[in-house]
Amino acid sequence: MPSLKDLKNRIGSVKNTRKITKAMQMVAAAKLRRAQEAAEAARPFAERMTAVMTGLAGSVGSSESAPRLLAGTGSDKVQLLVVMTAERGLCGGFNSSIVRLARAHAAKLLAEGKTVKILTVGKKGREQLRRDLGQHFIGHVDLSEVKRMGYPVAQGIARDVLDRFDKGEFDVATIFFARFQSVISQIPTAQQVIPAVFEGEGEVSSLYDYEPSEEGVLADLLPRGVATQIFTALLENGASEQGARMSAMDNATRNAGDMINRLTIQYNRSRQAAITKELIEIISGAEAL
Amino acid sequence: MAGTLQFDLVSPERRLASFAATEVQVPGTDGDMTAMEGHAPTITTLRPGILRAQGPSGVQAYAVTGGFAEINATSISVLAEKAVAVEELTGTVLDEFIAEARELVSVALPEDKDMAERTLNDMLALRASAGH
Repeated sequence: MPSLKDLKNRIGSVKNTRKITKAMQMVAAAKLRRAQEAAEAARPFAERMTAVMTGLAGSVGSSESAPRLLAGTGSDKVQLLVVMTAERGLCGGFNSSIVRLARAHAAKLLAEGKTVKILTVGKKGREQLRRDLGQHFIGHVDLSEVKRMGYPVAQGIARDVLDRFDKGEFDVATIFFARFQSVISQIPTAQQVIPAVFEGEGEVSSLYDYEPSEEGVLADLLPRGVATQIFTALLENGASEQGARMSAMDNATRNAGDMINRLTIQYNRSRQAAITKELIEIISGAEAL
Repeated sequence: MAGTLQFDLVSPERRLASFAATEVQVPGTDGDMTAMEGHAPTITTLRPGILRAQGPSGVQAYAVTGGFAEINATSISVLAEKAVAVEELTGTVLDEFIAEARELVSVALPEDKDMAERTLNDMLALRASAGH
């Protein structure tokens, strides 16, 4: 049975925790709004880009001269996994769910006898993957210095990935991130970026004249397409992280509130019990006289 | 009054401009071209240069680096990797562009070297034309 003083201290500390989680929730809410706006603003570019590339890929893709970024290297032996996570924790299952997806993917590839290489973006994913997949790491991108997620960041990552591709370090690249659905739901997603895959049939691209040529335009666009996809993923990830943190902190705040209520009841009961006990002692003392 | 076409300029981060323009001059890889209403559907890649759009409030000019433009009879959308309104284009911004292009030349693989050098030259030309 904890003493009254212990209980009081305990209530005090839980109250402090609640203040902190509440503040974190509000900060996350503000950041989430900004992250969502950024993701929204980036959408027109990504959509036009995909539309044009889909159209082009449909007409050039089958030909012999298709660029390697589209047609692939003709092998899928060496797989690059780009795992994008947050730099910070305290955001519920956000990091873990991305890592779990990546780990399952890696395990499947390894079981098929393929070589797996991992590029981590964000500290948390690296820490979680280090133990069982550490020997597959080929690089890490640190985002802790990045104040605002801008396109140059994505370009940097894309350039790194493309350089490795040009040097023949891997055949297939897949990015892992969480797609933002809503504050309470972020969906871990795996998306293959190299060789590029396009869903469905594009608009009829033969309507257009291409300058310099279809192949030339495509060769120019594909690397940009990779950067755009990475950029979109980073933005989605940013919004997801804040959303996950917001709901995690909301839960924590609520739990702290419940705990305070429970502790307060316990505190009042023991206070009452102590008073009753003292009264009984005094009365029985008086009667004994 | 000549007809207009819908002009959109988007960078990966945001939409920079969207208005009805009577003519738009685009720095294509193979040379500048001007798009007006009724232009044949064309997709062209861009080289670093100045893009000019004749809009309701006069000529708007933007410095763009790589990307592409999609033109058809009623609209033109320019997707630029980086775009800056000319008024905001200062020596430092250009220097950044140039430094980046230089870096690209130094890391480029042999087969991409020509392209990277061309980009660098375009950047230098852009600088000269901006008069900084």
